[in-house]
Amino acid sequence: MSTLDLFSVTPSETADLLPRQFRDWFAARGWSPREHQLALLAKASEDRSALLIAPTGAGKTLAGFLPTLVELSHPAAQRGEGTKSLISTGRNVKRTGGLHTLYISPLKALAVDIARNLETPIAEMGLPIKVETRTGDTPVSRRQRQRRYPPDILLTTPEQLALLLSSDDAPFLFSSLKRIVLDELHALVTSKRGDLLSLGLARLWRLAPEMRAIGLSATVAEPESLARFLMPQRDGKEVSADIVVAGGAAAPIVEMLDTQERLPWAGHTARHALGEMYELIKRNKTTLIFVNTRSQAEMLFQDFWRMNDDGLAIALHHGSLDVAQRRKVEDAMAAGKLRGVVCTSSLDLGIDWGDIDLVVNVGAPKGASRLMQRIGRANHRLDEPSRAVLIPANRFEVLECRVAIDAIAENAQDTPPLRTGALDVLAQHVLGCACGEPFLSDELYAEVLTSAPYASLTRSDFDDVVDFVATGGYALKTYERFARIKQDKQGRWRVANPKVRQSYRLNVGTIVEEAMLKVKLVRGRGGGAGSTGMIGRGGRMLGEIEEYFIEGLVAGDTFVFGGEIVRYEALVEDQVYVSRANDKDAKVPSYMGGKFPLSTYLAERVRKLLDDRRQWNALPEQVRDWLSLQRHFSSVPGVRELLIETFPRGGKHYMVCYPFEGRLAHQTLGMLLTRRLERARARPLGFVANEYALAIWGLGDVSFMVRHGKLDFAALFAPDMLGDDLEAWLAESALMKRTFRSCALISGLIPRRFTGEEKSRRQVLFSTDLVYDVLRKHQADHVLLRAARADAAAGLLDLKRLGDMLSRIQGRITHRELEHVSPLAVPVMLEIGRESVYGEAGDELLAEAADELVKEAMG
Amino acid sequence: MRAAKVMVADVRFVADISGALFWQEQRLLVVSDLHLEKGSSFAKRGVLLPPYDTVATLSRLAAVIARHDPRMVIALGDSFHDREAHERLSESDRDALSAMQARRDWIWISGNHDPALPSDLGGTVANEVAIGPIAFRHEPTGAAGEIAGHLHPKARVATRGRSMERRCFASDGERAVMPAFGAFTGGLSIRDPAFAKIFGTPGFMAHVLGDNRLHAIAASRCY
Repeated sequence: MSTLDLFSVTPSETADLLPRQFRDWFAARGWSPREHQLALLAKASEDRSALLIAPTGAGKTLAGFLPTLVELSHPAAQRGEGTKSLISTGRNVKRTGGLHTLYISPLKALAVDIARNLETPIAEMGLPIKVETRTGDTPVSRRQRQRRYPPDILLTTPEQLALLLSSDDAPFLFSSLKRIVLDELHALVTSKRGDLLSLGLARLWRLAPEMRAIGLSATVAEPESLARFLMPQRDGKEVSADIVVAGGAAAPIVEMLDTQERLPWAGHTARHALGEMYELIKRNKTTLIFVNTRSQAEMLFQDFWRMNDDGLAIALHHGSLDVAQRRKVEDAMAAGKLRGVVCTSSLDLGIDWGDIDLVVNVGAPKGASRLMQRIGRANHRLDEPSRAVLIPANRFEVLECRVAIDAIAENAQDTPPLRTGALDVLAQHVLGCACGEPFLSDELYAEVLTSAPYASLTRSDFDDVVDFVATGGYALKTYERFARIKQDKQGRWRVANPKVRQSYRLNVGTIVEEAMLKVKLVRGRGGGAGSTGMIGRGGRMLGEIEEYFIEGLVAGDTFVFGGEIVRYEALVEDQVYVSRANDKDAKVPSYMGGKFPLSTYLAERVRKLLDDRRQWNALPEQVRDWLSLQRHFSSVPGVRELLIETFPRGGKHYMVCYPFEGRLAHQTLGMLLTRRLERARARPLGFVANEYALAIWGLGDVSFMVRHGKLDFAALFAPDMLGDDLEAWLAESALMKRTFRSCALISGLIPRRFTGEEKSRRQVLFSTDLVYDVLRKHQADHVLLRAARADAAAGLLDLKRLGDMLSRIQGRITHRELEHVSPLAVPVMLEIGRESVYGEAGDELLAEAADELVKEAMG
Repeated sequence: MRAAKVMVADVRFVADISGALFWQEQRLLVVSDLHLEKGSSFAKRGVLLPPYDTVATLSRLAAVIARHDPRMVIALGDSFHDREAHERLSESDRDALSAMQARRDWIWISGNHDPALPSDLGGTVANEVAIGPIAFRHEPTGAAGEIAGHLHPKARVATRGRSMERRCFASDGERAVMPAFGAFTGGLSIRDPAFAKIFGTPGFMAHVLGDNRLHAIAASRCY
């Protein structure tokens, strides 16, 4: 940490809040407390909850714990409490002393690391404070002891909190709670884990009315809505915690690589800039190289490996690598032994790494705030600017990088708005509540409403969820006798039997992992294709890979994994056997576009940039030329308009449009448009989508059809496609089924794990696709289908964004009929065949396989 | 092609896209592995699957019966998911079943899930049935001229990074294994050793149930 302090002047009244021993401790280290650290102390002394917004390296964690440390530094008697001994562990025993502060982190590694960091000031000041962690790795004996004799400070995760709340002695354990500290809150609230946490908070507010919250967050677009998360909402009014903003971080220095190479038209690998990236690593002490997907990380790492003549210590880090392997990289990094780490979002959050002097972001930044948080990883010293270099992988990404840099300079944020709480998570919570003390529907409903994401939950949705938890929520009331929770004479709900409770405990949590398979490196069959020789057993584990990816492969296909190109040999139980391949390029691309689409905010800035020619001067010459050519040849899309180009090529007819709404929304649009084009007899054959554009091709001449009034673009792109067409597609959509699967697992309809048998994650008890099909036909308004639709709208199908776009472009469609492909269309056209077309497989795919047979038979 | 020709021991069958098999000359319809009341069977154990599987399965069965108007129907075993499943049939499902059984012979072959069916279900209960050169039984033995179920065959086909998985008939001209007909029935890949045991070689065909037609694909091409 730095010895230079940014806040040499400290207001004396807040400084007084800090007891002598703390001031001495700071002074002994040559530090003085930062303003925001004292501000949080002041909020605590006023009994207020607060949200601290601060960049990485601002001493956020210490700020969060300072009020607790100060309070606990006074002897118990002075705090107006008796001694801390208590023997009885029955219900409703109000203990004195006990758990004072709960700390929640999204990562268990972070919780463990923070515990270690807290030990230093506690030991050095000799404070009488006991700190413990509780994660999935904590031994049972210690967990039991923690419930009986809680520490002063407990560091844990949202899932462990849910488990603690579902136990009988939750009232005993939490009634003494004074504070909850929520770390990395900006990251937690964007997912269903945040929903679960918010429901846990609601419960805590009831069990410990005196509890106050401190949220620690990176900079977000809407701090007020995040501040609501920290306060119980009452009577339909929005209540927010106080907001403390830490200032003083030096502005980052962000540049775009001005490549000397030819900028690629398409692709995401940025291979053209390999040499320049390698030079960056060479010139800096430690460089973090962020990429958007696991396979990109794999490929880039492999490329560095090939060119590493200087023997630089470069490592690879992503979520599918073996855990031990990842820890090794993290330790080497902390010890300053690495020059570069190629990584994915697996390093977006987490433990402080110390001295990283450069962040390189390869490919599209996707969002301004996300990029800013990554850049913040570069330097954990507030007073020095972080340095980052953006490497666009293609021409469109140049535009995206340009506007992201501008956004960062303006400190503009584009974090998503606060979620509306999901019903499947609520179902899990309701079951958890029934596992603890029995509850009355009226009371639990009132409690749930205090949680910000659920503040507008309707009573009928709540009742449907309770009904679902009890008997499945089916219109056909045949499961009364199989109810999982039952009402007693007073109307209080409780679990029907201990097995339900066990099952809840095994299945708590909202992280639904993709079904993963282990990848094992074996010796190839040898003897060339067609040989059926034995595959060598034994061999090294390379890591894990998504099952759906493997399902698309046939034996002999090559792909990149674990930093090398491997050949798929066979699937043996839950292991994928691969052998080393000598091919230079993998046959099957595994770029799936990354988890996050281009943010609406950056997309709009890209459209503005395109529309405003004066801004083009800030772009590299190659890109300027490209855009000028497009203007000359076709037209450059305006801010609000939709440009559609049609042209013939190689016997087919193409239609390319440029909505700039991200890959997910474009895929959905592609699915719906091909249905409509089919009906209009334009005979579409396929489509491909990227973050900026959508290309559809077919046998029908769309230009001709438009000219002769047989097709109308205004009607084709009319928002009513989100009506019947969408419904018809959803019936068979694999994306929708994937979404439903996660709702079915989270809500507890289908258990992921069973008592007594730890099944492998791959084997889910029952195919959720079959449930989806039957439920959709027989009870289309079932609460789980509603939950899945809400998820799909915001998630894999991005319906909301598509809907907004369709309304935006009404009356603003520009059609250019061209003789051949336009400069702007080249990138998306190049992706045809290069990327797997993520369409719905159906009869065509089966017919293709059947045709191969016919060909074979005909010789 | 909502139907495809499947030969078993020189008898010509029509495989229906619903997963049923029809013997034109005999006007005999065969369906296998209905697994009725599978939903409520899970519900008993605390997994509250939708209680609509029986009605879904029966209505599909009624549709295929209406299409072929068979003289005789054989349900090839595992018609009920557990031994008490028939007791949980709703009134209306019972009525639907009776309506289908009217004016035709109905044979319940017993399976491992429903080894002891009561007599009040209508129709006849049997362990197996032989008609001409064809033997109908639940569990396949690999004998020539056999039509069986039990294994729930499904086939996965992959090309260029896309894949799909569907139920299928498995057949080599001498014997056939039928797909499961029930709404809640999963499947077993035809590349599982269980199929190699029955067919001896991987040289058999999968007649895969597509969206609108059946597709004949070599089993060796599937996963």
